[in-house]
Amino acid sequence: MTATELHGRDPYRLGHAGVEGHHDLATGHGEGGPAPKRIIVGYGFWIFLLSDFVMFSAFFATYAVLRDRTAGGPGPQQLFDITDTALETGALLLSSFACGLMSLEMERKRLWATEAWMLVTGLLGFVFVFLEGKEFAHLVSMGHGPQSSAFLTAFFTLVGCHGLHVSIGLLWLGTMMAQVYFKGFRHYIQLRVMCFSLFWHALDIIWVAIFTLVYLIGVRG
Amino acid sequence: MGAITSRLRRARNRSAALLRALAVVSPIAIAGCRYDSVFTPVGPVGDAERIIILDSVAIMLAIVVPTILATVAVAWWFRASNRRAKRDPNFVYSGRIELVVWSIPALTILFLGGLTWISSHDLDPAKPLKSAVQPLDVQVVAMDWKWLFIYPDQGVATINQLVAPVGTPLRMHLTSATVMNTLFAPEVGSQIYVMNGMNGTMWWQVDRPGSYLGHSNMFSGDGFPGMSFEVKAIPPAQFAAWVGSTRGQGPVLDEAAYRQLLKQSSDLKPYAYGSVTPGLYDDIVRQKLPPGTGPVEAGNKNPFVRPVRSP
Amino acid sequence: MKLLGKLDWSAVPFDQPIPLAAGGLVIVVILGVVALIVAKGWLPYVWNEWICSVDHKRIGVMYCTLAMVMLIRGFIDALMMRTQQSVAFQSPGYLPPEHYDQIFSAHGTIMIFFVAMPFVIGLINFVVPLQLGIRDVAFPTLNSVALWLTASGVLLVNMSLVVGEFSRVGWLPYPPLSELTYSPGVGVDYYCWGLQISGIGTLAGGINIVTTILKMRAPGLSYTRMPMFCWTALASNLLIIAAFPVLTATLAMLLLDRYLGFHFFTNTAGGNQMMFMNLIWIWGHPEVYILILPAFGIYSEVVSTFSSKPLFGYRSMIVATMAICIISFLVWLHHFFTMGPGGDVNGFFGIASMVIAVPTGVKIFNWLFTMYGGTVRFSVPMMWSIAFMITFVIGGMTGVMLAIPPADFILHNSLFLVAHFHNVIIPGVLFAAFAGYEYWFPKAFGFTLDERWGKAAFWFWVIGFYLAFTPLYIMGLEGMPRRMQSYDVPQWHMWANIATVGALSILCGILCMVAQLVVSIRTRDQRRDEYGDPWDGRSLEWILPSPPPEFNFAVMPNVTGEEPYWGLKEAAREHQRITRPVPEYEDLEMPRNSPTGFVCAFFAVMMGFALIWHIWWLLIVGFIGAYATLVVFSWRDIRERIIPKEEVARIDLENRAKRNLALQEGRI
Repeated sequence: MTATELHGRDPYRLGHAGVEGHHDLATGHGEGGPAPKRIIVGYGFWIFLLSDFVMFSAFFATYAVLRDRTAGGPGPQQLFDITDTALETGALLLSSFACGLMSLEMERKRLWATEAWMLVTGLLGFVFVFLEGKEFAHLVSMGHGPQSSAFLTAFFTLVGCHGLHVSIGLLWLGTMMAQVYFKGFRHYIQLRVMCFSLFWHALDIIWVAIFTLVYLIGVRG
Repeated sequence: MGAITSRLRRARNRSAALLRALAVVSPIAIAGCRYDSVFTPVGPVGDAERIIILDSVAIMLAIVVPTILATVAVAWWFRASNRRAKRDPNFVYSGRIELVVWSIPALTILFLGGLTWISSHDLDPAKPLKSAVQPLDVQVVAMDWKWLFIYPDQGVATINQLVAPVGTPLRMHLTSATVMNTLFAPEVGSQIYVMNGMNGTMWWQVDRPGSYLGHSNMFSGDGFPGMSFEVKAIPPAQFAAWVGSTRGQGPVLDEAAYRQLLKQSSDLKPYAYGSVTPGLYDDIVRQKLPPGTGPVEAGNKNPFVRPVRSP
Repeated sequence: MKLLGKLDWSAVPFDQPIPLAAGGLVIVVILGVVALIVAKGWLPYVWNEWICSVDHKRIGVMYCTLAMVMLIRGFIDALMMRTQQSVAFQSPGYLPPEHYDQIFSAHGTIMIFFVAMPFVIGLINFVVPLQLGIRDVAFPTLNSVALWLTASGVLLVNMSLVVGEFSRVGWLPYPPLSELTYSPGVGVDYYCWGLQISGIGTLAGGINIVTTILKMRAPGLSYTRMPMFCWTALASNLLIIAAFPVLTATLAMLLLDRYLGFHFFTNTAGGNQMMFMNLIWIWGHPEVYILILPAFGIYSEVVSTFSSKPLFGYRSMIVATMAICIISFLVWLHHFFTMGPGGDVNGFFGIASMVIAVPTGVKIFNWLFTMYGGTVRFSVPMMWSIAFMITFVIGGMTGVMLAIPPADFILHNSLFLVAHFHNVIIPGVLFAAFAGYEYWFPKAFGFTLDERWGKAAFWFWVIGFYLAFTPLYIMGLEGMPRRMQSYDVPQWHMWANIATVGALSILCGILCMVAQLVVSIRTRDQRRDEYGDPWDGRSLEWILPSPPPEFNFAVMPNVTGEEPYWGLKEAAREHQRITRPVPEYEDLEMPRNSPTGFVCAFFAVMMGFALIWHIWWLLIVGFIGAYATLVVFSWRDIRERIIPKEEVARIDLENRAKRNLALQEGRI
């Protein structure tokens, strides 16, 4: 791209005037001009993930405030079953691992291997959602639904919000499977898959926090 | 409420400080008007708070007025048509000026910060007022839309009227039977939020006999404007007489009467209960007695779409 | 289960003629505009070039238009409140509480979320890419989605005028009043869903602008060369990203309480209403700075341009902006000193709140010194700026007063507080929006706005502001609480009447602005901005023709110093012609327009409406529709369209010729 030189002044004595820009850095740090699309998309998606973390932190804070407000009902120690949750954790972490393998296969542009790992990612994610649903259904059937105390309200919302994210991720993953199948490895589709894997790994980070702060500490009391 | 408004209309001697204050705050204050405001406090709390407001305004005006004048002066002097103005379009940085523009507000805030820290502690509403007089306990319950004042030691209660012996610290315990409210009387002093299931503490003291307007300062629903109360300050001897004449007379505040009170109503004329079930306030705070039920039980036609306040 | 959920004819307020008539009028106006567009054959143009546009300039213009229309709605609410308080002395007035309470709730909600926010976001959208020397924002289609989601929130909130009711609990729905027990109607649901939907739009816009500023600047435009407005836009959008998710979470909690019987903030089962106040103000206080920081940016541009001087103390301004950005997260508790957290907590947050006055004061002084030694032209944008500097310091002073906890104990939730925040938001944000509107209008449309009407509007607004809000300060000191539908205290009455006069003066100001727009459009041929630099500007947007072509810059500028355009202009003035050589033009790729944003917003409104009225099948339809829209969008193969280099060259050379002519005639 041809560029017009715009010779500015240096009224603030910041020492920039006349210094030639470095043209090939291309990181968006000022001198090099706009960053490439891959950087921009990844960066924007990271910012979205950060905002999502902020939202989760509000739910975490709420849980911390309401944890002891059981309204005379049972608390974490009586309700949580660590075995099932450990299984869930395993499924989600393995799913993330599969997602990583999927990214590697996508780099090599191997359609069927990519699709297969996407499927594994999705199935493991589904196992996670299923186990979580089972846990929720069990609690509700025992009469410990989210309506029974502020503690359970906060618990169901925090964990359920993560579960909702995973479910939306599954929908997204299914859409991407179809798109990769029909359209192949176009640049912009690879960017989307990259965003998906960022999302999926971010959900892992959140889950590790939930598993530790809600379940492990909850069971220990 | 007639007594209150007539009281509010009543002429009152204004101190010179008040005049100055109003001149400060409202440049267009019209001479000859009578004010009943936070600048005419009738107790130690309001008095201390008034002084803090005046101090802080005075400190800040010392910067604000010159800044405003300088803005007008500089903008006008450097107007494009002024041939006498010396232009210096390269005057865009000066370390010395930067130092000054950072330090002036910083020093002011440092000073005001000290004032804030000290006064936050001194005037914490929960801090007991120092007095040789034995404090009087009052339990306050905000309801939809009226105030219930219980005198636990006297065994009486009032609606929308806080009867206070002059010169006696009032140790008020506050809660809400419904949504959030604040108990506030502009001429007396502080306000704090009252919330269901929680017990707050606030100290007031009225030093001048009279009748003062009080209300909730926190919007609490459709009946909110009809939630004002009267602070009736009377000499201690009269207070004792009032307790004596009220106790055992009139309606009884027990659980059934309380549940009746929970229903929404506003603009209630003050009245007194001659007897109160002991521990009623604690039962409200501990939520043994349920919170108010809102408009659904008030006989609304279509409460889940557009509830209308019952007449 | 009923097919239409809670919805039936009782939802329409036949018993309340005012909202019914107002709503009917609005519907007639909307239908009239649509009919006009269809009848004149403008529909394809409006659809293709505006509704489907992903051009940041058009999106910016639409944001600002939305804000101005909503300003009128919000102002009518204000006028009704003022007149009600004038007549409601020892009388119920003409608005019953259930209506009056909706009006003040709607006024606050609309003014903050649908006037102030879209106005500043619109100006940011329009200006920032131009100042950064780039062709578009990072995610153009997302930008369109964000705009239309904001518009969806607007539509839902205004729909409540004739279908059901709006929230009656104030602009922030404090529980437990906003819980189902005390507010069983649909008002709070309208509020929550309207804000949730537009909040997603705001967050998407914030991500977009931050990515754009951090990753897409023109070559050489390093951080310390960015115009001040870009800096403040960056700070503001960082705040959006950090604060808006908290609002989303908080409103989600309230909605779960209301819809599914959860116990976040209820009186019963361990709910904690104090948590709501903490959460909402963790969003709410930064929100104030989300609005005011870009406003400071606008003032910086305007004061510098109309003083014909670079901004004084640029580095200080950056430091001050970022300091405000960070400290704004440490002050939320000053909104509820009266909760009784004790001297230590109150003292800390009081002092933290005051600390913000330091960088703000620095900014005022820096604008003052920007004028010092300059050549000050009193054009309308500059007049707004000077009125701001004078008025804002008063608002800042009363703000510091309220930040002293014991003073707050007697001023909290009184009209003094109301006067204070209007005293900062109106001169702070609204005057800035007006200044920015006057300042960048010629850039957007190619002709300037009429100065005479602009100045008339200015004086009506400023005088009206002082007449309306000085009495509120006094009434607050006289102990009048906010949100009073009627009152019995005689001494408040006179002040209420004066405030109404002020509101009427502001009404004249608004009418003058309408007249200004009409007159300017009719006389646009005499007021053309021929070469694109009507104010003798200093930043990159003024290098472009007005209105700028779709691709903004024919060739990407390479910046080698501060105020690059000013440097270029000085050289050009010296030689009486443009000194930079004619570049080699190339074909340009621009993103294709797309109806995705509009269609998504359509389904968002459908989902919002379904949720408010409990029409569950419609919710599912809306969700499937929105999902399908995104899939269809993601399936398209041709994502860009090419603008041939001949076209690029034609537009650029034409502008160069006009500028050269103007340079020779000494007009630049």
